[in-house]
Amino acid sequence: MSNLLLTMKDIEKSFPGVHALKKCTFSLEKGEIHALVGENGAGKSTIMNILTGSIPYDSGDIFLEDKKAHFKSPKQAQEAGISMVHQELNLMDNLTVAQNIFIGRESDNIFLNDTSINKKTKELFEQLNFHIDPEEIVGNLSVSLQQIIEIAKAISHDAKIIVFDEPSATLTEKEINQLFKIMKELKKTGVSMIYISHRMNEIKRISDRVTIMRDGEYIGTLSSEKAKIEQIIQMMVGRVIYEERKKVSTVIEGQKPILCVKNFSSKDVNNVSFDLYKGEILGFAGLIGAGRTELARLIFGADKKTSGELFIHGKKVNINSPFHAVKQGIGYLSEDRKRYGLVLGMSVSNNIVLPKLTDYISGIFINESKIKEVTKEYIEKINIKTPSEKRLVKSLSGGNQQKVIIAKWLLKNCDILIFDEPTRGIDVGAKSEVYKLMNNLAKTGKSIIMISSELPELIRMSDRVLVMCEGTHTATLKLDDINQTTIMEYATQQ
Amino acid sequence: MFKLIKKGGMQKLFAFSALILIYLFFAFTGKNFTSSATTLNILASSYYVGFLALGATFVIISGGIDLSLGALMMASALIGGELYRDAGFPLWLCMVIMVLFATFVGLLNGLMVTKLKLPPFIATLGTMMGCLGFGSIITGTSSKYFPTILEPDGWFIRTFFKSANGVPLGAFYLLAFFIITFIILNKTKIGRYIFAIGNNEEAVRLSGIKVDLWKTLAYVISGLSVGIGSIFYAATYIVVIPNTGNGIELQAIAAVVIGGTSLAGGIGSLTGTMIGVFIMSVLKNGLISINLPAPYQVFFTGLVVIGAVLIDVYRNKRASKVKLK
Repeated sequence: MSNLLLTMKDIEKSFPGVHALKKCTFSLEKGEIHALVGENGAGKSTIMNILTGSIPYDSGDIFLEDKKAHFKSPKQAQEAGISMVHQELNLMDNLTVAQNIFIGRESDNIFLNDTSINKKTKELFEQLNFHIDPEEIVGNLSVSLQQIIEIAKAISHDAKIIVFDEPSATLTEKEINQLFKIMKELKKTGVSMIYISHRMNEIKRISDRVTIMRDGEYIGTLSSEKAKIEQIIQMMVGRVIYEERKKVSTVIEGQKPILCVKNFSSKDVNNVSFDLYKGEILGFAGLIGAGRTELARLIFGADKKTSGELFIHGKKVNINSPFHAVKQGIGYLSEDRKRYGLVLGMSVSNNIVLPKLTDYISGIFINESKIKEVTKEYIEKINIKTPSEKRLVKSLSGGNQQKVIIAKWLLKNCDILIFDEPTRGIDVGAKSEVYKLMNNLAKTGKSIIMISSELPELIRMSDRVLVMCEGTHTATLKLDDINQTTIMEYATQQ
Repeated sequence: MFKLIKKGGMQKLFAFSALILIYLFFAFTGKNFTSSATTLNILASSYYVGFLALGATFVIISGGIDLSLGALMMASALIGGELYRDAGFPLWLCMVIMVLFATFVGLLNGLMVTKLKLPPFIATLGTMMGCLGFGSIITGTSSKYFPTILEPDGWFIRTFFKSANGVPLGAFYLLAFFIITFIILNKTKIGRYIFAIGNNEEAVRLSGIKVDLWKTLAYVISGLSVGIGSIFYAATYIVVIPNTGNGIELQAIAAVVIGGTSLAGGIGSLTGTMIGVFIMSVLKNGLISINLPAPYQVFFTGLVVIGAVLIDVYRNKRASKVKLK
């Protein structure tokens, strides 16, 4: 049965100094949802960028419906029916939904015809069984709705193949369900999809087959239904990784809280109070928009609160800016590390010492040798993979970038660490390392607040879980009560 | 010199080879271009733009822009002249006031950008126009004269422009100022923070650093440089005419850009800025040596700016292409 839609055979690609793809193979059937997994740097994006004509390849063949194909640009690939939904949104915030979807194809003559594209957009959303006003300004929509517009844009090109590059990274459980519903609808109409993701349970849920890549090589293709998650992970990393769920809380009972938040309120946060203990990992659960990041930013002084008091070691402190927060020993690892966490154009060492630079001054001069010494120590201590402490942070992988930020706050000797989505966009191997690191920090007496939209991660790591819903604190769950159902119940309470 | 090129990367290498090429071009085609008189002129015509450009480099690396440079320098020189001629202040005091005034306006720029959250372009456009008007108002739109070489205060020219035997002393002050600013930018935390802020201001703020303070300081440094520059401008030209000085800020910004400092912030070097200043100065004197009038200088400077930035853009593009995996 020749159900084959796409075959990529023996694809070779080298970048200067990197052999990115080694005789890589990939095939896709008609109407199939095919997951593509691998650690960061495994070559998933490279092979998909080659398929969609974004980058050229060195050798190998691509067959589309038995015909040889070679796309020199994304436009050519689009015309042949291959579209890609990128991880980063490429939308114009000030244009309407319809104007975004039909950008470059506004009308057949020189005049714009908004009525016609609005109508087409409406039909498109009806087909997807989704209701978004075509005339809404995109900037007013949530990130997840914007993602759906990206998908609609891909479909509007009469795509036969749609590549999804980690769409779920910014979506909540509920929105992922909606996305999967759309994907299933599309599948019925005969569209094939390639789904890149790091999340194993999603792959099991949505895909028919899964292809695993490692270090630029094709490792194998399994039936998603039959494959075990452990088996997939093992093929991805070539080794066994497992981090056990906490069974007994390591927090000493009866001690006084190190951080005490009382009646915090702002535009997005509604009268939240909680305590944090020494050596504790306190998970923050909730849907996107529940106000978890907003609350964290209030504690850190990054945004202004309208009311609330903060006690550290029982003493009342005023924190009006990150400067004060850092002085009080609070460190914040943002969910968007490239935007809020790192100075990408500077070296690893400059990033690590940034909050503590004042301590590395001799006279008026920066003491570079002392900085080198201490950053080398931290690079080794938490295993940051970088050829040198002088390497620019932007050239490191996501996991290692995250470790640079952790090193930064450890060097500053912060006792209270707020991890906001610490494993977003980093691969399985690095994730497991971040978990280990967090557990070690807790063991040495640091207190951690962990915001995460990945429930398995929260369940695995937390001593207690604080659940929020629409800005309100709805529950605090003890270790024994932490499970997926209970968390979701409280997260969707209102 | 090789170490300098290695440290500063490609853009400085391009700028430096452009400087050599332009110099060689005029050395072969120009009349008396390699003579000591022309060499002195090359050094002499780089004084005040040099000071402005060094200061502006700080602001531009921090991700801002300072359009008030030229107008502020003129306003500061006019105030000095007014106080010297009409109020009878001693010259040294006038010089101190000139520097203080410009530094104060720099501080105002910084506060408008950090505390009032005005875009740097608008804030400094405002002070630029303010300075133009202010200079005319306090002088009643009459020109101000600094002491000539024959007056009792003739030391002014001999110290800040050319010595009695024609040595361009201003160039030495510029070199000294370059070394000081170089140390501030590369060896102290002021410089490190300014680079970091230009790269990612929000990440720096969330690292617990007082971003507003350091950003304001960049504008203060720029103002201070303008104040010092105004002394050398006065010593060079003696006559300061109200309502002139437009466009000097653009020459300074052009020198900064030619030297490889990115207008987007976060990237830049003072060595590059000095090379940029000298490229413009060589161009000016070279065109005179092949008998082309002043407007040609402006024209060719324009071409050099576009060329320099083009090279930078393409180089960055190629670099990012290689990184795409």
